[in-house]
Amino acid sequence: MRCAVVVFPGSNCDRDAYHVLKNVFCLDSHYVFHEESFSPDEFDLIVLPGGFSFGDYLRAGAIARFSPVMESVRRAAELGKFVLGICNGFQILTESGLLPGALLRNRNLKFICRDVYVRVTNNRTAFTCSLQLGEVLRLPIAHGEGRYFVPWDQLKVEQIVFQYCDEHGNVTDEANPNGSILNVAGIINERGNVLGMMPHPERCCEEILGNTDGRKIFESLIAYFSWRKEHVAD
Amino acid sequence: MYRVRVQILPKEGVFDPQGYTVRGALEKLGFDGVKEVRLGKLIEILMEAEDESHVRSLVSAMCDRLLANPIVETYQLLDVEEVP
Repeated sequence: MRCAVVVFPGSNCDRDAYHVLKNVFCLDSHYVFHEESFSPDEFDLIVLPGGFSFGDYLRAGAIARFSPVMESVRRAAELGKFVLGICNGFQILTESGLLPGALLRNRNLKFICRDVYVRVTNNRTAFTCSLQLGEVLRLPIAHGEGRYFVPWDQLKVEQIVFQYCDEHGNVTDEANPNGSILNVAGIINERGNVLGMMPHPERCCEEILGNTDGRKIFESLIAYFSWRKEHVAD
Repeated sequence: MYRVRVQILPKEGVFDPQGYTVRGALEKLGFDGVKEVRLGKLIEILMEAEDESHVRSLVSAMCDRLLANPIVETYQLLDVEEVP
């Protein structure tokens, strides 16, 4: 499983993502600079990390969308390669049209940096196949523009993968940190190979950090890949 | 040379927490009649172009591609002014 972590000017979770892929899960991992391009079959997983690409000027992710590397990401996604956008990466994916909807200023206008609980609403994806339906994960968030919005006709319910919830898994308005529609914390495209999420799984993959719930997302991908290697001819 | 002003506002129906907060502040100051406030962006562009209609079509294209997000925002060219 060959992984890429895209580095935009202003990415600040690129090293965390690279560290987790390379050192925690021992995957063949590479940085790709925003001005570079790659061939669609060069990587199996492409991570768009968190941060503030191009300063988040105008709108979060709006300028990064036009980076040369995004054409490669788009072609890889069309080929069925997996793309994981975390926080700013999620914003870039919606701005680029690879995922529906938009991410707006948080309801309370504050930058929120704390742990939240999310409920696995769809475990029939490569990113969540090792999780139980309804399983609750504790994951950190750190964003000012994380309020997901989408017109009703542009998102199918099964595309919602994670919803903000309380520690018991109840999806309530009180448990919604940023005012996202339907408590959405992460969505996937219809084809099931592009996931965007506001929480940071790469920040909670090691015991030393006090939380390893983020591991399950990477473990799902690894489990899916090994299953596919055995059962599906390329 | 032309100076163009583009106004970008959150779409009707998209909650605008900045506008909501400002409306609350106005109410506290005693301005009772204010029903809604929406906050957007004003972008001023200084540009070379052949003529005004060319400016308008270029700036509309800029809005469609980058300046506004059509899912949550609307845009309007407020004025196009020829400047020396």
